[in-house]
Amino acid sequence: MRLVVASGKGGTGKTTVAANLAHALTRSREVVTVDCDVEAPNLHLFFPSPSREVPVRTPVPAVDRDRCTLCGACGHFCRFGAISVLRSEVFLFPELCHGCGGCGYVCPEGAIRDDHRTIGSVRCSRPAPSLTLIGGALNEGEVQAPAVVRHAKRLAAGAPLIIYDAPPGIGCTVIETLKGVDACLLVTESTPFGVHDLALAAAVVRQFGLPTGVVINRSDGEDGETRRACRELELPVLMTIPFDREIAAVQNRGGLISREYEGWNRRFSTLFEDVCRVGGET
Amino acid sequence: MMICITAQAPGLDAPVEPRFARAPFFIFIETGTGEAHSVANALCGGPGGIGPRAVQFVVEYGVEALVTGRMGEHAVRALRAAGIPAYAFAGESTVADALEAYRSGTLPELS
Repeated sequence: MRLVVASGKGGTGKTTVAANLAHALTRSREVVTVDCDVEAPNLHLFFPSPSREVPVRTPVPAVDRDRCTLCGACGHFCRFGAISVLRSEVFLFPELCHGCGGCGYVCPEGAIRDDHRTIGSVRCSRPAPSLTLIGGALNEGEVQAPAVVRHAKRLAAGAPLIIYDAPPGIGCTVIETLKGVDACLLVTESTPFGVHDLALAAAVVRQFGLPTGVVINRSDGEDGETRRACRELELPVLMTIPFDREIAAVQNRGGLISREYEGWNRRFSTLFEDVCRVGGET
Repeated sequence: MMICITAQAPGLDAPVEPRFARAPFFIFIETGTGEAHSVANALCGGPGGIGPRAVQFVVEYGVEALVTGRMGEHAVRALRAAGIPAYAFAGESTVADALEAYRSGTLPELS
């Protein structure tokens, strides 16, 4: 089972749900989590432990000045402005390069080969006997966040149960996170923003044909609008977490309600069974 | 010599566009003869990274100096690499006014 926890709106509690779910499930099975929010990874905050780090590298063009005839083909091809032919030289902006390799493909002289540079890292740790934590981190100033997500996901590939903590929004990194997964949990809050962005996220998830359930977080008990939206979107509400001082206190000290309260541990285990059921798995 | 002035519309009477790579038109002017060509900037509505591409475009046109309002860091670096000076023209005047100011030699160089 490969399950994504996503949201649309930021700050609704994706990581809270992913972390609690992961902890609850480690009682009965081996769990691998992947923090795909590579621009602001935070899942590891709930599971402090030493990690191993591997760099994420991406191809960038290197130009052989002896072969290059300054014909300009590479510069015309690159839509990101990463390579330009300016009078007597080929000028590179590595940070604009998306690593597609097109410049080398169109070069008639074979003057461009792939060089590599580091754009981020993937960290791996083992905070509990049956829990593996994988997380991507994009270096500051870099644009290729999806490449780091891809590397992080690749490190987890093949594990029987993977929980992906998605980035907020519905952009490229979320799309990259949703590729090749089996089911999705959308975390929302009962505010107009929460409802609005839930609908956006639901539309994206539908494109992937993913079985999906909803978690309403920080519920003040007046969830009418949110529940109506879920009915219209044909998404089952699988869990409601109340807006509660005690829960907030656990969260604020980096704790997990599924670790500290037996009831929540059970509820998160049930949440997993429910989303499997929505996805047709038993 | 050939210079380029960024503009909001074609022709010497068009208002100068303060942005370089996002200018709707490039007006190429041969300063010796005063002959002008207006070329629509196909890049102006594009996403990021158009600065270096716009520089490549004007370089290929044979430009030796650029008159505009401002430009991004990538465009500045690419222009510098191409060895083409850029001059700052502020205010809401026409391309003809900017050309006059360039000819008078009073425009400060953009850095």
